[in-house]
Amino acid sequence: MTSLQGIWRNIRGQNDEAEQAIAAEAESQPTLPAETPDLDIAPNDPLLAYVQQMSGVLEVNNLQMDSPALHSLREAGIKLVVPLVSQGELIGLINLGPRLSEQEYSSDDRKLLGDLAGQAAPALRVAQLVREQQLQVAEQERLQQELRVASLIQQTLLPQDVPQLEGWGVTAYYQPAREVGGDFYDFIYFPDGKVGFIVADVTDKGVPAALVMATTRSILRAAAERLKSPGAVLERTNDLLHPEIPPKMFVTCFYALLDPSTGQLTYANAGHDVPYRYTSDGIKELRATGMPLGLMPGMEYEEKQATLAPGEYVLLYSDGLVEAHDPDYEMFGFPRLQELMGDQPDGAQLKEFLLEQLDDFTGPGWEQEDDVTLVTFQRAPAMRPAGGSTAEIAKNGAEWQQLITFELPSEPGNERQAMERVAEATTALPLSDSQVDRMKTAVAESTMNAMEHGNSYDAGKPVHIDVRHNETTLQIHIRDQGGRPVVMSETATPDLEAKLAGEQSPRGWGLFLIKNMVDEMNIQQDESGHTIELGIRFGEQNGE
Amino acid sequence: MITAEEFVATVQQEGTMAVITMHGEINGLADPALDNAYTEAEEFNPDKVILDFADVDYINSTGIALIVGVLARARAARRSIGATGLSEHYREIFTITRLSDFMDIQ
Repeated sequence: MTSLQGIWRNIRGQNDEAEQAIAAEAESQPTLPAETPDLDIAPNDPLLAYVQQMSGVLEVNNLQMDSPALHSLREAGIKLVVPLVSQGELIGLINLGPRLSEQEYSSDDRKLLGDLAGQAAPALRVAQLVREQQLQVAEQERLQQELRVASLIQQTLLPQDVPQLEGWGVTAYYQPAREVGGDFYDFIYFPDGKVGFIVADVTDKGVPAALVMATTRSILRAAAERLKSPGAVLERTNDLLHPEIPPKMFVTCFYALLDPSTGQLTYANAGHDVPYRYTSDGIKELRATGMPLGLMPGMEYEEKQATLAPGEYVLLYSDGLVEAHDPDYEMFGFPRLQELMGDQPDGAQLKEFLLEQLDDFTGPGWEQEDDVTLVTFQRAPAMRPAGGSTAEIAKNGAEWQQLITFELPSEPGNERQAMERVAEATTALPLSDSQVDRMKTAVAESTMNAMEHGNSYDAGKPVHIDVRHNETTLQIHIRDQGGRPVVMSETATPDLEAKLAGEQSPRGWGLFLIKNMVDEMNIQQDESGHTIELGIRFGEQNGE
Repeated sequence: MITAEEFVATVQQEGTMAVITMHGEINGLADPALDNAYTEAEEFNPDKVILDFADVDYINSTGIALIVGVLARARAARRSIGATGLSEHYREIFTITRLSDFMDIQ
């Protein structure tokens, strides 16, 4: 065989990377000693147009054209050029120098080369495509890996548990977008029982945001441990973060310090979305001014205070919720969030409620645009202390007698069955007519609540009702299979004026009614569901 | 099995008042009928709309929300609302919920 030099060279603008890779492979094959010219054909070189039109083997010396590439080929001593064409596309050239025997190439040689090119071209094309795909896959993997790293950093730094505070209910929710954003929340515990609540959002996404988040979190924690005042904590964090943070990046952050024993909340805000406070007079803003962290040093942060009354709660959140868009590109928005909060007196239930509303708003197939973070803390509502709990009476040894136990499927209207059956079972007890009416309303409303909020009106999930009494008290347990937390902790008086003015939903009376119909109401909650316990003492005129 | 009686509301003009007489249960299912009845009552442009509960045997919390809705519409149109025929129990509930502060209960 003659000296066949395989010289694959780039044709500019065509799959550069892939072809370079293939050229490298070809050159690494053991070849006969020869110089391999570095041939780079410009897209406007006439040689390129020529070889694309012609098929078969071309003799360099016979070509007449003003072509820099041809000139280079001649300089390198190339005698023959064999275009490699696959499906009409030029994918490379085989360039051959003089035969080692110094004879001319014969017509047989040319035919052999032509045949070889015809077979090599498709094989080479396949190799190119495989290579391209490998590179694409590698790039995708790199991106995926980056997302995993960002997500891992974030998940590692988020608290594993929410604070367990007596008389308080705390919930936290974090759902990253596909391209992880820079949201985080944190809880800081102090020896005097106070707890710091932080929610923050780093500009940017992915690994850079996750790294800034990690830095910010550490600085915040260190500052919070030395300085208690939230304003001072943000000031210190800003000064320490500013030299560390990349240009054009910053962090919005809300920091609140809660004294669980009094409900007193001290807070400061570095440009974060203003948190909301649920009160019996409507939704209030926890507003305090301050610039985002990391923008410029020497900032001051306004510090404010609020005292959360029993039943009140605070929602800390990030812009992923309020800036979500529906299919018509309308934004979820702050007014909607406030209005929805007004309809939800139970902080523990708010997360589920908002996510359902968000789901309804965005419609199916929505790709989450940004991280969604929600943190709530609620002071437990005050229960009526009237004369000791029925549960305590039970502990005191009075003997319980069961009157009836039954189950009802969770279907609309079944609350009437519940109240009629309980009324029938209790006819022999010393209850006044008005007590019976109140009991019926309380049972009906508790059953509705269990069917709707606990069992989501799933007919396959029954509500379990148990009625018993002792010498002094009637006790009714109504149990659901609670797939999700139930709105049962809020019994505050609904704001009728706001409802009449159309500022709040006209609904939301159930728990308030139940509480006012009985002498005692307790709610127990575990993994398998929720039980509402109603206590009615014989001979008392409850609810008046 | 207890089957819920269908809620029906009829409207009559009595002088400058409109009377909505209701039968059955006021629960979520009563929504369209009650709303339509109130719309019909407004056609008389009455000073006052009386809700007659004498033939209503059950009102649940969703029903209370419907009554709040009627009250809200009446307030927006500056009409007063009266209630008749409420049982002792529902009078108590209207007091607890403060609906009684916004309607004239006879």
